[in-house]
Parts: sequence; C-alpha cells; structure tokens
Amino acid sequence: MNPRLAKAMINGLLIGTAIVALFPLLWMLSVSFMAPGEASSLPPPLLPAHPTMDNYRELFVHAGMGRYLLNSLAVSSVITALSLGFNLMAGYAFAKLRFAGRERLFQALIGALVIPAQVAMLPLFLLLKYIGLVNSYAGVIVPGMATVFGIFLVRQYARGIPDELLEAARIDGAGEWRIFGQIVLPLLKPIMVTLAIFSFLAAWNDFMWPLIVLTGQEHYTLPIGLASLAREHAQDSELMMAGSVITVLPVLALFLAMQRYYLEGLLLGSVKG
Amino acid sequence: MNRQHAAWLFLAPALLVLGVFFLLPVIAALALSLTDYDLYTLADIRNLRFVALGNYWALLQRPLFWSALGHTVYFVAVGVPLSMAASLGAALLLNSPLARAKPFFRTALFAPVVTTVVAVAVIWRYLFNTKYGMANFALGHLGIHPIDWLGDPHWAMPTIIAFAVWKNFGYNMIIFLAGLQAIPPDLYEAARIDGASPWRQFRHITLPMLAPTMLMVAILTVSGYFQLFAEPYVMTEGGPLQSTTSVLYLMYEEGFKWWNLGSASAVAFLLFIIMFAVTALMLRFSRRGGES
Amino acid sequence: MKHAGRSHRSLRAPSMRRSLVLAGVLLCAALSSACGRTPAAEQPLTFWTFGREGEAIVKLLPDFERAHPDIHVKVQQLPLTAAHQKLLTAFAGGSTPDMTQLGNTWLPEMVALHALQPLQARVDRSTVIEPDDYFASIWATNVIDGTLYGVPWYVDTRLLFYRKDLLKSAGFDAPPRDWAEWRRMLAALSDLQRHTYGVLLPTNEYEQLMSLALQQPDPLLRDGGRYGNFRSAGFKRALAFYVDTFRLHEAPAITNVEAGNPWLEFGRGVYAFYLSGPWNIGEFRSRLSAAQQDDWATAPLPGPEGPGAAVAGGSSLVIFRNSPHQQAAWTLIEYLSQPAVQQRFYDLLGDMPPRRASWTGGALRDDPKARAFRDQLERVKPTPPVPEWERIANEMQLVAAQAIAGQLTIDQAATEIDRRTDLILEKRRWVLDHPQPSAEGRR
Repeated sequence: MNPRLAKAMINGLLIGTAIVALFPLLWMLSVSFMAPGEASSLPPPLLPAHPTMDNYRELFVHAGMGRYLLNSLAVSSVITALSLGFNLMAGYAFAKLRFAGRERLFQALIGALVIPAQVAMLPLFLLLKYIGLVNSYAGVIVPGMATVFGIFLVRQYARGIPDELLEAARIDGAGEWRIFGQIVLPLLKPIMVTLAIFSFLAAWNDFMWPLIVLTGQEHYTLPIGLASLAREHAQDSELMMAGSVITVLPVLALFLAMQRYYLEGLLLGSVKG
Repeated sequence: MNRQHAAWLFLAPALLVLGVFFLLPVIAALALSLTDYDLYTLADIRNLRFVALGNYWALLQRPLFWSALGHTVYFVAVGVPLSMAASLGAALLLNSPLARAKPFFRTALFAPVVTTVVAVAVIWRYLFNTKYGMANFALGHLGIHPIDWLGDPHWAMPTIIAFAVWKNFGYNMIIFLAGLQAIPPDLYEAARIDGASPWRQFRHITLPMLAPTMLMVAILTVSGYFQLFAEPYVMTEGGPLQSTTSVLYLMYEEGFKWWNLGSASAVAFLLFIIMFAVTALMLRFSRRGGES
Repeated sequence: MKHAGRSHRSLRAPSMRRSLVLAGVLLCAALSSACGRTPAAEQPLTFWTFGREGEAIVKLLPDFERAHPDIHVKVQQLPLTAAHQKLLTAFAGGSTPDMTQLGNTWLPEMVALHALQPLQARVDRSTVIEPDDYFASIWATNVIDGTLYGVPWYVDTRLLFYRKDLLKSAGFDAPPRDWAEWRRMLAALSDLQRHTYGVLLPTNEYEQLMSLALQQPDPLLRDGGRYGNFRSAGFKRALAFYVDTFRLHEAPAITNVEAGNPWLEFGRGVYAFYLSGPWNIGEFRSRLSAAQQDDWATAPLPGPEGPGAAVAGGSSLVIFRNSPHQQAAWTLIEYLSQPAVQQRFYDLLGDMPPRRASWTGGALRDDPKARAFRDQLERVKPTPPVPEWERIANEMQLVAAQAIAGQLTIDQAATEIDRRTDLILEKRRWVLDHPQPSAEGRR
C-alpha cells in the first residue's frame, strides 16, 4: 500500500476513534451550560446559544450537590489514605519478610480474587447493621481499607528492593519498623503514587456498595446522588449533564495530571493477572 | 523469631480488614444462602429457618433467574469480543510507526475508562434518547428511522453493550499496547524480507506473540462483564420488560428490594460458580490450544 | 493524606499505629453522626416523600412552618423506583426518618416489621382528622389486624377514560354501566382492519385485572391470607372477561412500553377506552389539543352487574416507631389532612384527597372529569393486607399474560396463580402458625 495513503488512513482512524471516545464527554460539557430544555429540541444543538451557569447553581443551591461533592472527597481521601497504609505494609511483608506460610497465604489471597465482591455484600450489610455503621461514612470506608489488588501491586514492586540493603540496616541494629519507614517507604514512592491514584479513582467511582449502605441523602456520594437525581429529573438533561460534569471532572483531572503513574501501575498490576 | 513477629504485625491490619469485611461475609453468605432469611426474619430473628439447598432449587426453577442469566451471558458473549477487538484495533493503530501525536491519542482513548460509570451512563441515556438523541439524529441523516434504543427490549441490551465497549476499551488497549511493544522488531523485519503482507505478519507474528496477553485480558474482561449492574441500574432500571436485568441486578432486587437475603445470597453464589466455571474452561481451552 | 510527607528522619512511630489511631478517630466521627440521634429541639423533623409528591409538599410547607415555628421539616425526595428498597434498608440499618409517605400496598410490610407507630389514640384526640369523613375502604387499608397505622394522604383508583364522540357515533349516549354493555361497546368500537381497539390494557400492568377481580364477591386470598383464592368462581369470571377482551381483538396484546404514547393514540381514536388513574386527567388536559377536550370524559368502572368496585390505592402518612419526634410528626399529618391544604395539594399535583370534605370546595367540586372518581371512591375495595401482595400481583399478571397468549386456559391459569401464590405465602403460613413467644431455641 502507498505509505502516504497508509499514514492518512491510520491517523484518520485514530482521529475518528478519538472523536467517538471524547464526543460524549464534550457534549456533556456543552449541554451543561445550556438553558433548561434547550438540548431537547430538533435539530439537537451542539453548543449552547447563551451559555449559563444556572444548572450548576441549581445543583449546588437546591439539589445538595455540594454536600455530595464533599462527601465524595472525604470518603475517597480517607479510603485512599488508609488502604495505602495497610496495603504498603502487607505488600512489603509479602515481598521481603520471611515468615512461615508466606507463599501459601499469598496464594490464598490471590485465589480470593476470583470471588466477586458482591458475594460478600449481603452479609456485610448485616454485619455493619450489627456494628451500627449502616448509613454512615464509615460504612462505605471500612470494607475498602485494604485490597488484595493493592497488596499484590506493592508486592510486585517491592520485590525489586535489594535484600542487601535491608540486611545492612539490620546489621546496623535498625528495627523492622525503622527499616520500613526510613528505607523501604522512600523506595516505594512511585508505587505509592500509583496506588493512591488507583484507590482514589476506585473509591470515587464506586457505586453498588454505597448505594446499598447509604440510605440518607446527607451521606450520599456523588454517583449515588447523581443516580438518584437522574431518576427524579429524567427530563432535565441540562441539569443532569452539569451533575455529570461535577462527578467526572475531578477524576478526569486527577488522571490527566498523573497519567504516567496510573498507566504504569495498570501494566504492573496486570503482568501476572 | 523477632522478624516473624514483625512480619505478622505488618500484615495484621490488612489481613484483619480482609478477614472481617470480606472473608467472613463470604462464608456467611454461603450460610445465609442455606436459610430463608427474609422480611419476617428481619422483624424477628426467630423466624429464620434452615432450608438446605432449597433456595438454589427454587432459583433454578424460576424463569426470571434464567432470563437474567441469559441477558448476562448475552452481554458477556457479545460485549467481551467486541470490547477486545476495539482494544486491539486501537492498540494496533497507536503502535503503528506511522501514527502521529501518540500521547494525545493514547490519553484521549483512555479517558472514558477513568470516568464514573453512573455519570457517563446518564450521558448515554440522553445521546440515545429516541426523540432528541444525537444517535437517532445522526441516523436520520442516513435515512434510518428513529430507534427506541433504551425502550425497545431488542435494542436495550445492544445499547448497553455499545456503552460498555466505549467505556472500557481503553483499559485493555494500554495492556495490548505494552504487549505489542514487547514483540521483538526483528521478527517483523525477517517477515518483511520474506515478503509477508501486513495481514500475514499480523496473523503469524502479532497474534501468536500476543496470545498470552490476550488470554489474560479475556479472563479479566469476562469476569468484569459478568458483574454487570450499574449500567442497567442507571440506563434502564433492568427494563424494558426485564430485558436488561442481569444476574447481579436480580441479586440486588431480590436482596435489597424484596429483602430475601437467603435467596439473594444463592443468586450471588450461583454467579460465582458460573464465573469460576467459565474462567476454568477458558484456561483449559487455551492450554489445550497451546499444546497442539 | 498523612503518608505523603513521611520520609523525614525522626520517624520512629510505626505507621500502623498512626493509621489505626486515624481510623479510630474517623470511625468515631462517622459513628456519632450515624447514631447520635437526640431529640433536641432544633433537630429537624425528617419526612420522606416519593416521586412527584416531594416537589409539591415543599410548596405547602412554608405555611406550616410559619404556624409552627418550633418545627423544622426536612423533606427528602426519593425516586419512586428506589423508594421501596430505601425504606427497607433504612429500617434494617436503623436509620428510618421520623415519618414517610407510604403506598398502602407497602403498609402491611412495614407493619410486619413492627416499624410503624399505632395512631388510633392520636386520631381519637384529634379535632382535624375525622375517620368517618374518609372513604371507608381507603381508611381500612391503614388498619392491619385491628390496629391503625396510617392516615390516608391521597387516593388512587382505576377507572375508565373514554371518548364521548366515538361512543356517540357508534350509537351509545352514555358510558357502560355493566360488563355486558361494556362488551357490546368494545365490540362496536374495535376494528381489526383499521387497527382500532376498544380499550388499551397493557399486558404488563396488573392493576386492570386486579380491578376486575376486586369487583367479585370472592376474596383474592383465603384463610386469613394463608392461601391464594384464585380458583374461585369470581376470579375466574374476571380473568375470563379480561382474557376474552384480547381474544376478541378488543384490546391489543401489548405492554405499556410497546404502547408508546397512549395519550396520543387515545386522541387519534386508536382506543376508545383507557383504564387508568387520576394523574391522567392532567396528562390528557396537557397532551390533547384544546379542540379535543370536550371529546373525552371519565366514568366509573363497570362491574359484572352495574357499577362495580375498584382498587383502593393511594398513599398514607405514617410515623416510625423509633422516631423521637412523634408529636411534631403528628402535627404535620394533621396539617396535611386539612381539607383546604388537600385542595391546594390537588391543585399542585392532581393527587386526589381521601376525605369527602376536601371534595366539597376548590377546583374539585365543579370538575366534571373528577366526578367519576368521587363516585367510585365510595365503592373501592382494598387489596389483601399481606406483605407479599405486590409480588403475588406481579405473578398473577405474568400468568395472565400467558393466558392472553393462549398458552393457558382460564382454569389452568387460575390453578397456576394459586400454586405460585401458595409458594410465596409459605413463610407467612409458617410464621402465623408459630406465634413468636413459643418459638424459642432458634438462633
């Protein structure tokens, strides 16, 4: 084939695919600035005639979106912080500390990955009901405080730390906690960033569990609040698009800023499935 | 000894969380699925009865379970190949030496992956609106009559599949891209000298070299797609005519709408067993394919 | 959050301890917000509403809060489709509101959970709420095993919307009064060639068949709600009438999804009758042209012999047993039960009031389209007060759809509905036969 033609075709296809991928997101942004009812006309407009912030104002003033946004930020941050700490410790232990039954325990954890999380949801609800955590932030946070995937990711990365480094520190009389804090953690920094992004995105986007465990509006996270609004205000496309923008924008921005770490982590996590 | 001790301390918080909030509930779910935990039990725990495999037996006789399973299998069987084909196609494009502005395109194609399912499902609901949606408007220019995408039982699932492919293809694209970049360039060089066409190079070098990656991606995607829930919840509420009611949607309704926790747990376990069986079959199939 | 800047030297404190402390703090914070319910004076009265009612109630509240400055009401609007699940999870999690609107088919369920506060004593003392003024059957849906748990808020019953002009041109001056007359009209107004039908009965909605079934003398469940009674002569008669309407091509065998826009089709004359509820008065008024407004009217549902019964549906206001604001909640219920407020509620939404006094004034008194509802409300009948009723009704309709498709005869269908119903009611029978105090030793 003619190389110039091939080049034009490949780049043309890429542009086409990129349009398909981005159009819904750009359309969402555009419609969110339209006046109520504007998007429901023929032909469907691509750009707002008179851009307005009314939808956003309506969402924050009347629909409680500000509360949902804060809830989402708080819940996702806490999950990220806690799971980062727990996963780093456990992943490091699996990679570098010797103890009886290490391999078998790790195999068991990996094996547990085949169990879909939903199997645990019904008894988990009853358990949290018993502890009194239904309809609270803690109810959303607690099950996300450690993940097999996170432990796996840290372990993969931490295996690259040379044993000599740790042994040398031990000979110098450093305790295990000190070694972890002063030698290991700085070396794990790249994977910490990666894992933090992963945890934050997963927590932010989580839907089914918060939907079950949160009953009162005051605790809703953005996806739950949005789903609830979407059932109430099905006709108000402009309002719903503004809600979608608020929900999607923070994670999209986080991804754009940190995409190198994110994509590296994605590959690291899938090397051995 | 001291180091053993330290290791367990390092492990303790994570294992505690996973044990109490995952392992224990999974075991409890198995126990729960053998009881008739329902509304009456919620009112008074003394109304709990042991029913052995009764829930499973009843489910296997319920048309709704089979139709939910059918819809889920439909979603997986059509969605996974489509999704993987899109990922592979995009990865091939991005990997081509002729492609320009690769970082931009990589980011653009990946963007839908990080978005929130609920939010983008809402967008799609409007794009595929019968009357004012862009999809029907565009088709109208081609002379195609408006399709009731989410309201017609025959179209609702295909629409959801298209949505899922759009949302997810970027993820596997990145993995495929890494796989493609790991193929030694001299293989292609040799093939080119032998005069092999691009298609033959793809068939005889790219595909075989990518096979292990594809198997892993397929298994991950299949198990992900079996867990279909948020899309129908937001886009169709399981309708029209329950044509998008997936197994997990059924579990959710059974468990948290009708409060039949016993029977809902049985649904969850049946899904688990099916997923496990499908994964095992895929592994075995690929192993046999690899030997011959 | 706390881990980012932790590589400096002085760090001896194990990160685990820190994390645990952090987790503990967070847990306590979250816990206290979840359980810290104290009946403080400033604490708002939480009130859950479903669907459209929430938007209207917000407009009624300012007057209430002006009259009762000490009560602050917090309304939470739940999407109708998620309401049932939210109520049950809230109950399970101990996070129910103070009061809620509750569909009267859901009431038995919440009563079975011991979630609701009995209200008879408050009603007895009330000067606003007079039980005798309420439509008797509507009131009765709030009484379970002799105890009153709710006050009716608005009512819903299904009757006939019909095209006056089409009936007249077919030679009928008045709407049908009994089934025989209705059948004659359906036959005259259906034309397979022109794709017109006498009536639209969406095959996935159970309300239509249920309305016909409630007109029969036989109850739908027998032995105190222990078994289905669908093999009774009455139910079979209703089912046969219903199925015949399809077999005679007087109704299309389609679901409401396939029916698309029924208002438009009704306006075009595709259907001469439409069996539906009060909210459609507003829909027809806004969706049909001004010229057509005189062509349609409403009529009570015809019964086997003369005007018959129909479903006593609607929503009630209930107070949760564990609410610390019982008195405030009751004050709001009394306010919402005033005829003047109920008339405003009708103006805002078209939701019909459950008490006769509210019908004597305002827009309702002179509205000819509402009159048939007023008339029929005196004859409505409640559905069986068992928690399983909604699931039973769903199954009934699924089997009826099979009968419409010709897969089952009337007898077979009735037997099948009974079989499924008895299965659903199995647990109820067991619970009724094992009264609580004696049942011990079970986990």
